[in-house]
Amino acid sequence: MSTTATTPARHSTIRNALPALTGLGTLVAFFVVMELLIQTGVLSRFIIPPPSEIFASFPRVIVEEHVLARFVQTLTECLTAGVMLTVFGVAGGVLMHRFKLLQQACETWVAALASAPVVLCYPLFLVIYGRNAWTIIMMGFVSALPPVILKTLEGISGTRKVLVNVGRSFNLTPSQQFWKILFPAALPTIFVGIRLGLIFALINVVGVEFLINFGGLGQLINELAERYDLPGTYAAICFVVLVSVLFFMVLEKAERWLTRAE
Amino acid sequence: MADTSRITPVAAPAPLMGPVTLLRVAIILTVLAVWEFLSHSGWLYRDVVPSLIAIGHAIFDLLAHGEYYFNLAVTAGEVGAALAIGGGLGLVVGIVLGVNRFLAKAFESYLYYLGPTPKIIFFPIMIMWFGVGPGSKIALGTLSCFFPVALSAAAGMRQIDKVLIRVGNSFRATTAQMVFKIYLPAMRHPIINGVRLGLGVALIGTLLAETKLSNKGIGFLIINAYSTFDMPRMYAMLIVLFILSIGANAIVGRLGGLDSIKRS
Repeated sequence: MSTTATTPARHSTIRNALPALTGLGTLVAFFVVMELLIQTGVLSRFIIPPPSEIFASFPRVIVEEHVLARFVQTLTECLTAGVMLTVFGVAGGVLMHRFKLLQQACETWVAALASAPVVLCYPLFLVIYGRNAWTIIMMGFVSALPPVILKTLEGISGTRKVLVNVGRSFNLTPSQQFWKILFPAALPTIFVGIRLGLIFALINVVGVEFLINFGGLGQLINELAERYDLPGTYAAICFVVLVSVLFFMVLEKAERWLTRAE
Repeated sequence: MADTSRITPVAAPAPLMGPVTLLRVAIILTVLAVWEFLSHSGWLYRDVVPSLIAIGHAIFDLLAHGEYYFNLAVTAGEVGAALAIGGGLGLVVGIVLGVNRFLAKAFESYLYYLGPTPKIIFFPIMIMWFGVGPGSKIALGTLSCFFPVALSAAAGMRQIDKVLIRVGNSFRATTAQMVFKIYLPAMRHPIINGVRLGLGVALIGTLLAETKLSNKGIGFLIINAYSTFDMPRMYAMLIVLFILSIGANAIVGRLGGLDSIKRS
């Protein structure tokens, strides 16, 4: 009896886990094939170091290159940009919703700015702020601002008519209407905006660190590449990719948790 | 009395500029005036805020010389190649993931999480693989635009109305007919949207790579202006670049009829 009950369940767990295992298996197979190709000399180890060397250089890179301190620095820059984004982005969105004329005049500009390669202004920011963390923070902030403004605006404008009418029927003042109805209704969309903003900020912060050779994780990659420490460079790139993937996952979880708490 | 009531009110002459246009003009004029004031005030470092005349002169200078167009053509070629390779691969991968649920479950989360990672950090590897010439820039642009196109195509494939597919099947359409008559037209909007996103990130990837290491292209010109501290020229190039990229984005959007969806 018990076997008949558990067998289908076990089958379904296997069936559910199969795609994930396939993905993981492909990744492992890729590394094994690369290792073989490099060890047999088909691919030059002076262009691609064998995966085993890359994995072996992880501890060295982490200990010798002060990865933790660099990680904290990058994260601090990113979160500083994030705080500025939240304050100015949300305020910008609210302001544009409050003054319809301003929205009509500027919304397309903000949208256009979102599609412009703003990060290309980094030499300009270097001149204005100097080669320090503020250039990096400001670059992260400016290039991530448009999505936060647009999402805030979208959230507030998309408040359901019923909710607004309920507020009206209770004779709420405009400020009560905003704080009790519009803002809470818009919060989930605003969180999406802030999450997008933080992702953009991280991409640009790491990118500019790499380009101007200053600061945290981005500079680490640049330094290792300039030293021609190939396994180290690959390991550092893997590390940065892992960190950013982790960052997105945490943001997603945080957003889900916050919107559930609403 | 009756006659007067029949007189149709003469429409008030439309104002030369609506309030929106007026506000826009006012904002632009204010920004320009503040800029000009700052450039003459001496409050900021010299040359950080060059006068508008100097910037205008630099823009004119830039557009009047063939050198700029040569570099523009180099960058445009690199971005075009990146978009063709990365977009093409993204489209194929996206369609495969959209059709096959198993493969989507196995691999799509990798694409989803790798998509928004910073791509410029792969540049040292690209230099190693493709050299310091245009190859490494194209490779970086390709890497950048692959992800948004693949994810959009996969999502677009999944949202095709099942009725359309059933209609195709009931007409006994061949696979090629299904792809060209049903799938692609039905996923036109998500694909164009993916291409639009892909174009943006390919442009950024290529230009950033050019600022890091190259001897031609718009990115090279910008970083060159920085190293010679020619601020008016840098402003001129950034302004022209922004106009070009926003224009390209709008054209791609319009070609795909994205603005018509937004309006409806």
